[in-house]
Amino acid sequence: MIKKLHLPLSEKEILDLRAGDQVELSGVVYTARDAAHKRFVELLEQGKELPMDIKGGAIYYVGPTPASPGRVIGSAGPTSSYRMDPYSEAMMKEGLKVMIGKGPRSKEYKDMLVKYKAVYLSAIGGAAASIGDSIKKCELICYEDLGAEAVRRLEVENFFAIVTYDTKGNDLFEDGIKQYKK
Amino acid sequence: MREVRVSEITDKIEEMFIDACRNIPCNILASLKEAKEKEESPLGKEVIERIIQNDELARDKQLPICQDTGVAVVFLEVGYDVHFDGDIYEAVNEGVRRAYINGYLRKSVVKHPLDRVNTKDNTPAIVHVKLVKGDKVKIDVAPKGGGSENMSLVKILIPADGVEGIKKLVLDTVFKGGGKPCPPIIVGLGIGGNLEQSALLAKKALLREVDDVNEDPILAKLESELKEEINALGVGPMGFGGTQTCLAVKALAYPCHIASLPLAINIQCHAARHKSYIF
Repeated sequence: MIKKLHLPLSEKEILDLRAGDQVELSGVVYTARDAAHKRFVELLEQGKELPMDIKGGAIYYVGPTPASPGRVIGSAGPTSSYRMDPYSEAMMKEGLKVMIGKGPRSKEYKDMLVKYKAVYLSAIGGAAASIGDSIKKCELICYEDLGAEAVRRLEVENFFAIVTYDTKGNDLFEDGIKQYKK
Repeated sequence: MREVRVSEITDKIEEMFIDACRNIPCNILASLKEAKEKEESPLGKEVIERIIQNDELARDKQLPICQDTGVAVVFLEVGYDVHFDGDIYEAVNEGVRRAYINGYLRKSVVKHPLDRVNTKDNTPAIVHVKLVKGDKVKIDVAPKGGGSENMSLVKILIPADGVEGIKKLVLDTVFKGGGKPCPPIIVGLGIGGNLEQSALLAKKALLREVDDVNEDPILAKLESELKEEINALGVGPMGFGGTQTCLAVKALAYPCHIASLPLAINIQCHAARHKSYIF
């Protein structure tokens, strides 16, 4: 039932994912939210490089709570992803393949996933303490001034997520709601 | 006249915010368990089960339930016969500052909405003060997350819109929000008053217990009908489709102008955190 996958995903693995698949991810993801994305896109517009190599990689939209003593990270659930829509094409052009967040996104964004062969996954919104437990390493990469919004490199183990938009244009929200609308 | 030391208010506010962020109210947990049983979608059931496990883990390990530990909203009801020995607003903010730093909570407040520099201690709090009879101080705290707040709105309807107009706007708002505000949600409604009063009522409505029944029969009927109609939208847990979109609708009303029917809709995610204390 739950597919276990190791990041970075191969092209075949990405193409095989279907909306509704439940996965457990292990490997590296980078954190970034609104403020970091704004800076990324400004860098790219100036012809500069991103602070990390995102080719083939994954971004998790999260602003965690600070780690209490003895913990790697605090609570770390996803933030609403539609706010990153304006920045996502620039990131996919750089080779970003996996985006993890929560909630519906724009039609334009869904079309971009088909075009760039990338996927959008949902983590469970508000299940932040449990998700924090699946993060085994956390290292600051840049933008420390942004506090919770700084960019971090996370190593995750069995990070639970649900494939929400796939590379064929399938949309779990649309299909699910249609099924249960009375 | 009863003297209340503001340093005690600071200590209590610190304790209450940390407590609220880590310990989900028992009746919210019970309501989630009930929703899990009722949910018809297998994926929806799985999502609610994971939310319940998370809330129990947060309580057992004393971690924040959600990483969005919110803007600090504080309601104070202050008796006429109370005298504070210092600045009550500063006392509240100091309590918030300590809670968010000492409790390892996320600092989610920017000083100016346009240049957006983080204040790094989650102050200032949003403080609402009401004067009441007596010599007590009642404190309600609610860390309010951004994801669900972003799905909220205020609109001044006209009297002809009536109950049907209210229902239509609520249903449209919940449907459009879909999975964004982390359903199953609680919907707070402020009906009447004016622009700002309706918004305040909607926020206050969210402080009510999830399983209470409105004393106003008109509102009680509206709440139960709307809950059913929202759940028929099919949005479901996290918007993946299902029958459990809404744990409860909570409404408060206030007299209003003959020309207006103000309506505020304040959406609350499943991490419905609030604590209350009387000094």
